Amino acid sequence: MAVLTNKQESIEMRKVYCETMMEMAETDNRVVALDCDLVSPIGMSDFRKKYPARMINCGIMEGNMAGVAAGMSARGCIPFTHTFSCFQSRKCVDQLFLSAGFADLNVKLVGSDPGILALYNGASHMGLEDMGILRNIPSMILVEPSDAVMLRAVLKQVKDTHGLHYIRMNRKNAAAIYDEATKFEIGKGLVLKEGRDVTLIASGMMVELTLKAARLLEAENISAKVIDMFTWKPLDEELVLKSAKETGAIVTVENHRTETGLGMAVANVLTENKAVPLGRIGIGNVYGEVGVLPYLLERFHMTPEDIAQKAKETIKRK
Amino acid sequence: MENELRRLKKTAVQVRRDIIEATTHGQGGGIHVGPALSATDIVTALYFKIMQVRPEEPWWEERDRFIISKGHAYAVLYAALAEKGFFPREELLTMRAINSRLQGHPAYHKAPGVDMTSGSLGNGLSCGLGIAMAMKKQGIAHKKVYVMLGDGECQEGMVWEAAMAAPAKGIDNLVAIVDHNHYQSCGCLDEIVPLYPLDEKWKSFGWHVMEVNGHNMNDIVNKLTIAREFSGKPVCIIAHTVKGKGISFMEHNNAWHNGTCSEEQYAAAMKELDEQEAAIEAGMM
Repeated sequence: MAVLTNKQESIEMRKVYCETMMEMAETDNRVVALDCDLVSPIGMSDFRKKYPARMINCGIMEGNMAGVAAGMSARGCIPFTHTFSCFQSRKCVDQLFLSAGFADLNVKLVGSDPGILALYNGASHMGLEDMGILRNIPSMILVEPSDAVMLRAVLKQVKDTHGLHYIRMNRKNAAAIYDEATKFEIGKGLVLKEGRDVTLIASGMMVELTLKAARLLEAENISAKVIDMFTWKPLDEELVLKSAKETGAIVTVENHRTETGLGMAVANVLTENKAVPLGRIGIGNVYGEVGVLPYLLERFHMTPEDIAQKAKETIKRK
Repeated sequence: MENELRRLKKTAVQVRRDIIEATTHGQGGGIHVGPALSATDIVTALYFKIMQVRPEEPWWEERDRFIISKGHAYAVLYAALAEKGFFPREELLTMRAINSRLQGHPAYHKAPGVDMTSGSLGNGLSCGLGIAMAMKKQGIAHKKVYVMLGDGECQEGMVWEAAMAAPAKGIDNLVAIVDHNHYQSCGCLDEIVPLYPLDEKWKSFGWHVMEVNGHNMNDIVNKLTIAREFSGKPVCIIAHTVKGKGISFMEHNNAWHNGTCSEEQYAAAMKELDEQEAAIEAGMM
């Protein structure tokens, strides 16, 4: 079980990203960072200063960056590529499929501003389907860290594991969830809270909101189990099925389209084994919108209140 | 012609005022100011001299089209459309605000006059090519499609796919305009991935290439007029521009790629624009 922190703080994820990348570059000379002209937005200016030869601004050419990363991997480098999540998926899928995936190379992808976190940049910049697109690549491993402690751990694991990994990352502030003592293993979900009546499965920025939803439910004497399913692929099927058996109802909570996201992944596991009522919080068949986060959460029915309501509706279907 | 140039220059000043107003007092917060200001004189010439459009009938089938493929310069498109009468100027303050028709990046059909969605760099020239091909088939080949590209955007491979395809398909109703302000989001183009020789590249792909001083209205109107009348090849205009043009503290300063003005900066910027207007009136500019 995860060890939760008592600290009421939020940490800038891109700072942690840059620090961890510098730490890894220091100890492993295979690590290189590639970007498509978003070096400063992802907070990698210090890395560029310290390792100018290992920070490659590829220019505004995402498809090219994917191919270049595959090529560098073929010569023993460990490339970490970054661009916004929408471009990392929509603009690169063929190159990633063939040159990185099918070629069995060691390429790491970081996609920032996932889902509605693109805020004012609006629909064109909202990666609401990045995980859905990339999950079609058979060897792709998909992770979405929820806080700074997890991000640091995940980056190191990803570096030390051969293969194609996608890290979906909020580059701005994220609430602290975990104590440093927590151990993370890619492919294993974390139980943040036990419960009897329903299981809420979330990842990324939705974990914080889901914990709030669990507290709202508790006030109504509904006991919710909460899981941080930071690995979407491969999904921790065992934990999903165990929780379904224990609580008899599941609600997935994602900052992504449910049709191709966490909601779909969990639905697949349930229906192929033993189905229980499933509710899904996330984006439907619509495009993004401009707005501030509180507005967007309301607009797409992703607030703690929406999650709690969905949990109650789902429990009723038992 | 002199009067007309004066009118165009004054309109460009007004478009710049709109951009500064929106980035200071708009509900949507800071906008991409620098990339809008470098494109302002050309976009003004297109809407107020070169293109045939009908603000009262924004989806008129036989209109000329404009695609701002460097979608992050949405502010200059929105401001020009407002000045042209497609929607009220006051609406510019809703740029990037919740529920606004003026989305974070231009969205086709959302606001009257927006001819294509953009925001993912590299996509616009292909869309322009498609519109141009369809217009040929539909017998309105005398109308043109103008696509404005960023110079940084020309790093995208898809730009060159469209560039290769247009002459091959016998297209001559397509005009690409490269806003060559030498900057991209993270710095100077020349230090990231240079494009030179840019003119030779477009020429070798089969385009008729012209260069223009992107802030000299006389030069802009002349080159755009040639482009409009040109037949036999698609036309590429390489426009030498200054990022942040028109506001001294924004010029050549990439910190203004995206930003918002303080009240002091707003006042200083508006004062400069007033002075520019006075100089235009006096025939000094």
